Amino acid sequence: MLRYVIRRLLTAIPTLFLIVTISFFLMHVAPGGPFNMEKGIPPEIKANIERVFHLDEPVWMQYLRYLNNLIHGDLGPSYILLNFSVAELFRVGLWVSAQIGAAALALSLVVGSALGVIAALRQNRVLDYVVVATATAGSTIPTFVIAPIIQLLFGLTWHMLPIGGWNDGAFLNKVGPVITLSLPQLATVARLMRGSMIESLHSDHINTARSLGLSDYAVVVRHAMRGALLPIISYAGPAAAGLITGSIIVETIFQIPGVGRYFIDAALNRDYTLVMGTVVMIAVFTIVFNLVVDLLYAVADPRVRYD
Amino acid sequence: MKLTIKSLLVGTTMLLMTTGGAMAESVWNRGANSDVQSLDPHKTSTVEEANILRDLFVGLVTEDSAGNTIPGAAESWTVSADGKVYTFKLRKDDVWSDGTAVTAADFVFAWRRLLDPKTGSEYASMGFPVLNAEEINGSKAKAEDLGAKAIDANMLEVTLKGPTPYFLEMLTHQAMYPVSKANIEKFGDDFVKAGNLVSNGAFTLVENVPNDHIKIVKNPKFFDAGNVKLDAVNYIPVEDRAAGIKRYQAGEIDSMNDMPTEQLADLKAKFGDQIHLTPELGTYYYIFKAQKAPWNNAELRNAISMVIDRDQLASKVWQNSMIPAYSLVPPGVKGYETRTTDYAEMPQLDREDAAKKVFDKLGISPEHPQKLELRYNTSENHKNTAVAIQEMLKPFGFDVTLVNTDGKTHYSYLEQHGDFDVARAGWIADFKDPVTFLNLGHTGDGNNYGEYSNKDYDALLDAAARESDPGKRMKELSDAEAILMKDLPVMPLLYYGNHNVVSPKLHGFVDNVMDKHPSRFVSKD
Repeated sequence: MLRYVIRRLLTAIPTLFLIVTISFFLMHVAPGGPFNMEKGIPPEIKANIERVFHLDEPVWMQYLRYLNNLIHGDLGPSYILLNFSVAELFRVGLWVSAQIGAAALALSLVVGSALGVIAALRQNRVLDYVVVATATAGSTIPTFVIAPIIQLLFGLTWHMLPIGGWNDGAFLNKVGPVITLSLPQLATVARLMRGSMIESLHSDHINTARSLGLSDYAVVVRHAMRGALLPIISYAGPAAAGLITGSIIVETIFQIPGVGRYFIDAALNRDYTLVMGTVVMIAVFTIVFNLVVDLLYAVADPRVRYD
Repeated sequence: MKLTIKSLLVGTTMLLMTTGGAMAESVWNRGANSDVQSLDPHKTSTVEEANILRDLFVGLVTEDSAGNTIPGAAESWTVSADGKVYTFKLRKDDVWSDGTAVTAADFVFAWRRLLDPKTGSEYASMGFPVLNAEEINGSKAKAEDLGAKAIDANMLEVTLKGPTPYFLEMLTHQAMYPVSKANIEKFGDDFVKAGNLVSNGAFTLVENVPNDHIKIVKNPKFFDAGNVKLDAVNYIPVEDRAAGIKRYQAGEIDSMNDMPTEQLADLKAKFGDQIHLTPELGTYYYIFKAQKAPWNNAELRNAISMVIDRDQLASKVWQNSMIPAYSLVPPGVKGYETRTTDYAEMPQLDREDAAKKVFDKLGISPEHPQKLELRYNTSENHKNTAVAIQEMLKPFGFDVTLVNTDGKTHYSYLEQHGDFDVARAGWIADFKDPVTFLNLGHTGDGNNYGEYSNKDYDALLDAAARESDPGKRMKELSDAEAILMKDLPVMPLLYYGNHNVVSPKLHGFVDNVMDKHPSRFVSKD
């Protein structure tokens, strides 16, 4: 198992290297730079600024410089948020995004799976239709519609939640963002779980278990659910990477200081180091969570072994 | 006895209420359009940074609640007869938040740092009126050659390259603020971090959480601390204006300096006089590629301008958050006469008739359409404006194609003199002087994206730059604008407007064209 993990992590290095290289050059293909503003800067002044940030060097030299810094764990300064280094921005923002993302993931996995199981056990009955209809609606209504509705109802009308802001991570400030972020995931998990649970309930080993006279509880929870969890685990890996690295929509509407906004903001601002930092961050999370998924397979499915 | 107990109770309650009131902090939760890029006065460029730095620092001169220039760190100054030498006498009671005195040497240090090419300051040009400043920034002169000398701790002598009547206005810009030499030497670039920053303004920095808030608290060492009523100000970036207005309504923020303009009619109905709409010193305009046929024809440029119905743009596209514009320099600069296009007062239908004659003469008609490529940067309102103009031009025989790119691409394209017919731009004044707008038409100016060139126009601007008589200078600038509005290489469409929503709990918030609202003059119930 340990050898497998080490091998997987080692193969991740060339993957990361490729991602960094392609992203770096693609980013520099985009016209304009961090210092193109509505008010043009005199060329002499612009030259000074570009010298300070080494943007006057050829792109390949900037690339080597970036790579060298990256190997030494330095993600560089932000070109736009000048008071902070990229690492500092992540230190503040990632903790915020991770709290919201992890809570949203947990909520959607627990509630989504439960709803999926209930629907599967009551297949083609009223409860099933209710769950399927809700799940379909949940995954089709975009977050930029859900978020303002939550603000309007729970904030402005019923005064139960604050409209926005982080407020040092107060519980109530997290409720709206977590619900908004989890609803579409929850809907997807419920649908996935329903499908795989129906399939699992009709499989041979469940029929065997039933014929052996096992209780309903043991059949459903210990045997059927275990097998049905596999698609959920595959889905949860990339979903976790996506949720933990934040969402620009949720963060902007609820005004919480996470890292989700950096992906778009940095690209539009040509904040090269922040773009690269975000790419590296998301790549690392994706690689790690995919590995976690593969390891969890072994737990959920006794046929999977990593020796 | 009963009476005594009752009065005792009342007395105690009243006492509790007053102490409670005195203990409650007076905090202005101030919504801001975006987060700051830097709090280093020498590395800032945006309006939001200017707002916060105005609370943290005081330059030689500063602004009152209405944005007028008033003495700041300098209590008085004299100007030589030729307008080139300013001698500032600094206040003796102006100290840094660490208790040390603000001296003339701090200003010299700060300005040398601003101009040092190694600082990479975007707004280094604010210091360019000072003798040798531009040369220092271009590595052609040494820092010691700067025309700013500390005669003693409280006397600062500034020699300018030429008479610059708006020099005092420029000194209100954050790039010209002093910084503490000791502070920078101790922390290097990290001097701007909360906990490190030493400043001389009405407030000091205590917290800076990116994309969340910046908290500043009253500086007891500030020379006018006795008149500062707020205990703290939280600057809160509100990028989603619609969510922001909900937070305002819920009382989470006390003011915002923008709002979702598409909801303006509803907002006015809901909030009444809490919505402050006032003209701003800024112009939204389109640029013609002035050297390229057929746009090199001033008659054609004017005819196009005539068929664009500004009233409709202002009311339909911008919900009256902008004002129809017929001059490049917006009204509101004292002593300056704005010059508009000839047809500013003409009814729209008459304008269209006049324009039609020009188009007929040039052979442009729906049967023989003229192609026109219109470039604009991404924004819902820029798009709507461009689409409206496309529709307005269509009946006259213009086949307008719209090219949308993101802001960085748009401006780098213009800066590199890419090929276009018409492009969108906007200009908001950094200081209250017409020259900041009029330079947009000067030959070779970096922001003259249409590459317009007119010798008479340049000559008037150059003469104004040498002129020491303020009255004559304003006349020259005004005459220059008249040329520009006749030639129309830039087509003013709308004047920007300030849109603030301000809680009735706030007092001392005075509307002004520069939209400057120093927190030191504001109080909250």
